[in-house]
Amino acid sequence: MEDALSWGGILVRIAAQLLPVWIALIVTFALSMQFRRRLGLYGRIFDSPVGMIGFGLVMFWVFTAIFADWIITHDPLAQLSGMKNILPGSPLKAPAEGAYPWYLLGGDHLARDVFSRMVMGAREVLKIAPAATVVAFMVGITLGLPAGYLGGKLDTTISFLSNLVLAFPVILLFYLLVTPEIRVTGIPTVLAAILFIFPVVFLTILFNSRFFTTPAKRNLYVGIVLVIGLWAYSGLAFNADPLGVWSMDPNMLNVFVSVVFVNSPGVFRIVRGMVMDIKTRDYVAAGQTRGEGPWYIMLWEILPNARGPLIVDFCLRIGYTTILLGTLGFFGLGVTPESPDWGSTINYGRRLLAIAPHPAVVPAFALMSLVLGLNLLADGLREESMKD
Amino acid sequence: MTDTPWDPSKPILEIDNLSISFFTRLREIPAVMDFSCTVMAGEAMGLVGESGCGKSTVALAVMRDLGKNGRITGGSIKFKGRDLTHMTEEELRHIRGSEIAMIYQEPMASLNPAMKIGAQLAEVPMIHQGMSKDAAWKLARQIVADVRLPDPDRIINAYPHQLSGGQQQRIVIAMALMSKPALLILDEPTTALDVTVEAGIVDLVKDLGRKYGTSMLFISHNLGLVLDVCDRLCVMYSGEAVETGNVGEVFDKMRHPYTQALFRSIPLPGADKNSRPLVAIPGNFPLPHERPQGCNFGPRCSYFVEGRCNAQDIPMFDVPDGHRHESRCLRFAEIDWSTPPAVAKTTEKTEIGRVVLKLDDLKKYYSVGSSAFGGGTKKVVKANETLTFEAREGETLAIVGESGCGKSTFAKVLMGLETATSGQIMLFDENVQSTPIQMRDTGTISKLQMVFQNPFDTLNPSMTVGRQIIRALEIFDYGNSDEERHARMLELLDLVKLPRAFADRMPRQLSGGQKQRVGIARAFAGGAKVVVADEPVSALDVSVQAAVTDLLMDIQRKNKTTLLFISHDLSIVRYLSDRVMVMYLGHVVEMGTTDQVFSPPYHPYTEALLSAVPIADTRVQKQRIVLEGDIPSAVNPPPGCPFQTRCRWKSRVAGGLCEKEVPPVRTLDGGHQIKCHLPDEVLASMEPVIKIAAE
Amino acid sequence: MLLFVLRRIGVMILTAFALTFIVFYMTNLPPNLEKLAKSEASVRMDDAAVASWLERNGHSGPVLGRYAQWLGVAPGWTLTAEDGTVTGRCITRGTDPATAPRFCGILQGNWGYSTVFKATVADVLARSLGATGWLMVWVMIVMVPSSLLLGVLSGMREGSRTDRVLSTFAITTTATPEYVSGVILIALLASATAGISPILADWGWISGKTLFPGTATAAMDDITFWNFFLPVMTIALYGIGYIARMTRASMTEVMTQQYIRTARLKGVAFRQVVMRHALRNALIAPFTVIMLQFPWLLNGVVIVETLFNYKGFGWTLVQAAGNNDIDTLLACSVVAVFVVLVTQLISDIGYVFLNPRIRLA
Repeated sequence: MEDALSWGGILVRIAAQLLPVWIALIVTFALSMQFRRRLGLYGRIFDSPVGMIGFGLVMFWVFTAIFADWIITHDPLAQLSGMKNILPGSPLKAPAEGAYPWYLLGGDHLARDVFSRMVMGAREVLKIAPAATVVAFMVGITLGLPAGYLGGKLDTTISFLSNLVLAFPVILLFYLLVTPEIRVTGIPTVLAAILFIFPVVFLTILFNSRFFTTPAKRNLYVGIVLVIGLWAYSGLAFNADPLGVWSMDPNMLNVFVSVVFVNSPGVFRIVRGMVMDIKTRDYVAAGQTRGEGPWYIMLWEILPNARGPLIVDFCLRIGYTTILLGTLGFFGLGVTPESPDWGSTINYGRRLLAIAPHPAVVPAFALMSLVLGLNLLADGLREESMKD
Repeated sequence: MTDTPWDPSKPILEIDNLSISFFTRLREIPAVMDFSCTVMAGEAMGLVGESGCGKSTVALAVMRDLGKNGRITGGSIKFKGRDLTHMTEEELRHIRGSEIAMIYQEPMASLNPAMKIGAQLAEVPMIHQGMSKDAAWKLARQIVADVRLPDPDRIINAYPHQLSGGQQQRIVIAMALMSKPALLILDEPTTALDVTVEAGIVDLVKDLGRKYGTSMLFISHNLGLVLDVCDRLCVMYSGEAVETGNVGEVFDKMRHPYTQALFRSIPLPGADKNSRPLVAIPGNFPLPHERPQGCNFGPRCSYFVEGRCNAQDIPMFDVPDGHRHESRCLRFAEIDWSTPPAVAKTTEKTEIGRVVLKLDDLKKYYSVGSSAFGGGTKKVVKANETLTFEAREGETLAIVGESGCGKSTFAKVLMGLETATSGQIMLFDENVQSTPIQMRDTGTISKLQMVFQNPFDTLNPSMTVGRQIIRALEIFDYGNSDEERHARMLELLDLVKLPRAFADRMPRQLSGGQKQRVGIARAFAGGAKVVVADEPVSALDVSVQAAVTDLLMDIQRKNKTTLLFISHDLSIVRYLSDRVMVMYLGHVVEMGTTDQVFSPPYHPYTEALLSAVPIADTRVQKQRIVLEGDIPSAVNPPPGCPFQTRCRWKSRVAGGLCEKEVPPVRTLDGGHQIKCHLPDEVLASMEPVIKIAAE
Repeated sequence: MLLFVLRRIGVMILTAFALTFIVFYMTNLPPNLEKLAKSEASVRMDDAAVASWLERNGHSGPVLGRYAQWLGVAPGWTLTAEDGTVTGRCITRGTDPATAPRFCGILQGNWGYSTVFKATVADVLARSLGATGWLMVWVMIVMVPSSLLLGVLSGMREGSRTDRVLSTFAITTTATPEYVSGVILIALLASATAGISPILADWGWISGKTLFPGTATAAMDDITFWNFFLPVMTIALYGIGYIARMTRASMTEVMTQQYIRTARLKGVAFRQVVMRHALRNALIAPFTVIMLQFPWLLNGVVIVETLFNYKGFGWTLVQAAGNNDIDTLLACSVVAVFVVLVTQLISDIGYVFLNPRIRLA
């Protein structure tokens, strides 16, 4: 049996476990710094210290999630005897052959390795948060563009609906939307069917409005979008993919749909506001006077010029989604008891805070650093995009 | 206040070899180099130059308000003998507002939206003279009356947004005068205002300067205004003063090539698009970090001598026989300044062809809610009233008017972005008045195109120049393949005299004039026959204006295009248009050939407009007509004749008819139309507003 | 102005109906009712028994009708059993059906009966809202002044050292949701094994084992600095960062406005420029933000009350939702929605009132 590790020893060993992450980070930074002048807004992140720190933090967690299988020291679900609530750096009581000899960040209330669970938790979050934010953006943009551009009854109706959702306290919505009972009624599937169609609609209109003047190209692009889009749609929303490639666990679908549902109105509001501002520009009028259709103007004349604030909001919103996912885990909604996601780990750990704080504090700091990274990144982007 | 005695015969402001730089993360950008000028007591000094020449920077340097990145890197600014560049923040504070005051370009932005006018005015004497609140408000009321604002008691209790633009600027002037400063700095004080309102402000400034004996530093890009207001002037180019002297001397005996080029590029009376075209200054304004060696103007100068002008930095030289007249030109003594400009190409007058556009009794009404909170009774805004006119092939028809006159609404209706309330628009025998743009066929759309006002807004910032032109070609069904369209796009760039390499540039890499050229190329992509140009050059610098105007004329000649030229600038209208239509509050008040409109009999509004436009020519003598008040709101137009509230001839119409009835359109000799109640004999007695003194 | 307020109130009422109906629908989904039946009657009921139980207790029929009854705009259901006893929504057990009122929904003040707390929902709500009220009062007292101060200080000189430090603080707290900051604060200040408490106990500076207690249950009876500091700070921290950032953004924007330059160049001292000219304009935007923070504050309340075991509104909501207590959950939702809508209304009206450009337009 090995000795318990000192704090220094723990840090060194954690750093060693994270080696693939460090390598990936160095490569990313070296390449980006090299070519930053040619990389547009992305390259400009590296002009701002705040942006760089943020980007570094975010990429740290992204790479951690990607390389999680190599980084973890123990199976995140394995319960080893005698390791319950044990302090960080403690050696295994009865190490099996070839097993990593320590619990680097201690054990939790079920004697599982906190470090490995934290690493796998990153994967849980990054599996859902960015994808859910992307879908929320597609929904928000597809509704916000016509509401802002065309105005009128359409705007009044969609704005009223989005205000309805925004007036709901998020927690209440989660308690109503993410429950085993609601899965029985099929409401999540209906929501998924509505929300997931937006990306397909968005891309179809995007290409159609641009290429309708050259039908050959239009048919190609729109065709690709429709085939892949509807294929994925059938799998993700209805779990009816004939080839079985696309599917989503009903639990996860429930969580995913609720998070998208909560985020979309916020995106809608921002897009609508930006469109109302940009539509008064002369280049929009120029588009109108040469007879462009409204969707071309919305998607190709207005949207690209709203990208700065939207990218910033995208970063912030991934952070917000991460917090929401944590909230869901914290209340035990939509997660299985053994899930290593940070929210539920904090929830289980908090009951024993007085005697063993580490099982809750470790994922707490992990979550905080990821969200902080996203916020800093957004700040850096905002600063740089305003310098034009 | 002044602790050091100051001799009034010495200059009030003495700027000596001033250099200012802005510091960015990457480099130091020199904004002003080696700038000197002197302002004597009671003198009005004009600073003239194009945007980016550093004139506003000089003004802010005098105020020592250059922001975080700006720094004075050399030289001195002496105010009443005390060097401002070495003063502490606290000493400066006592001078700002009390001895030097400033008036800004945008009055709305310069006033605190959440403070009452009176409080903002009273603050000044309360800070500087320690005046009591009551006394300060009393003074504020008196000064408000001094700047000729009606009902001062109401105004000092109002918030800025409750006043019109002209009134706000008067308040800003009042604020500057609250503590009777010795020096007044005016930074483009009238640029944001309408011409007729501008005239009133200019009058006020001149009177007050005389009344209080204030010295003035008057910054403007408008040579005509400077002639009007200033005693002396200093012409700036790319961060340097290039010529300075008495206004009359510089205007008539300029001794710097840039000054000369500037005067030749602005449309003065007598210029004509066919026989005496403007001479544009070739090339572009140098960017601050790309200034040439030696003379900054060298690369654009027609007197440039290789090896001399670009050999060393050029100092200011005294012009002999001049009164404090200096020039930054090595060769000013060698150049024969009296040679007329090498006449570019004169051209034949374009032949006017058949009628292509015919409007008959066009009306456009909007209904708007009366209060900001919705609800209330709906009101009808009559944006266009009974527009009737024709435009022919190859003709330039100018539409003249100030803000709210309905010219932009008219453009929208014509383009199909809005539909007319009633009336007819015939375009090539096709009835389009109620066909919105979505319903028009590609042919109609491509025949009728538009050039927009704001060059910084006219191109989509996130698409390359080439892509934007190609998109227009795609929409207009031009060509069968991408290659064909690409080739055509390059031809269009040639047409507007831009290098073909610009196809891959993003709009932000282009200057204002270049963007405007792209806008023109895009409008002509589908071979437009009728082009609506909505103030296409008003946002450009004067030297660029000439080039862009020239280009438009050129293309018009080639394509026999009908040009509807919307503008508020009568100088340029006189220069390029064949016929003129003057609009006021949605009504066409006068229409006729250019000669008819620019000579009596006038509509009273046209008369005032002509008088208000500043002309940069010392030979011109103008009749001074300053209109009272502001343009009424289109939501709440006056009853009867729309112009009756400001008309100086109103008393000559019997029976108060002007207040009761909208005047009928009267056709005078030669198809000249005027919408006015004035009897024929009064119209006949009108004097010309502008007279050119015999040389 | 009056018209504007009336219109806003109209929209608000419409929103309230829509939201309460959604909540009613979601809480009365068939699976929830089935669960209710099984927990109230017998776990081993078959489908038919569940259906008949639901019918006997007025849970069948169209959802719109039940919503109307719950609201109190439709007469409550009555049912005459085979033995002649009349039961009904408005008939309290053991009273004469004839004297019972016809309508008994929330409009009549009848909020239902809580199956978890075994008390009327009105009582449960009154107690828990009182507790939460105190929490909110203290959060506001801590949060609003400090966040505005932070925002103004960092926004008045953009890019200064003060600005950098304060902005870093603000951005960090906005990255820290309540369940994270709560855990960290407890570990730091209220854990016998970690943080500063063991050190302080060693030195003999504190008598107990920990500096602060890890729960706020005691605050239900008697609020003290010690038992209320952690929950209040946990909620306030996130809000402080968020509002401070909004205030800073608004302040920096105002400070670049031309009228600030006008003020400076008429010789107004910097402090006066900030106080007289910038502040009022800069605080219009944060005011709306503070008001619109309420939905998020409710989140914080739920998390913190769960974390610190403080039996207020949030705790009640969690208990009700976790135990399928439909009446209580419905009532909680109504209260939450009502609070959110009222704050939105105040925010709108306040914005108009603070902004002379709109007020006097």
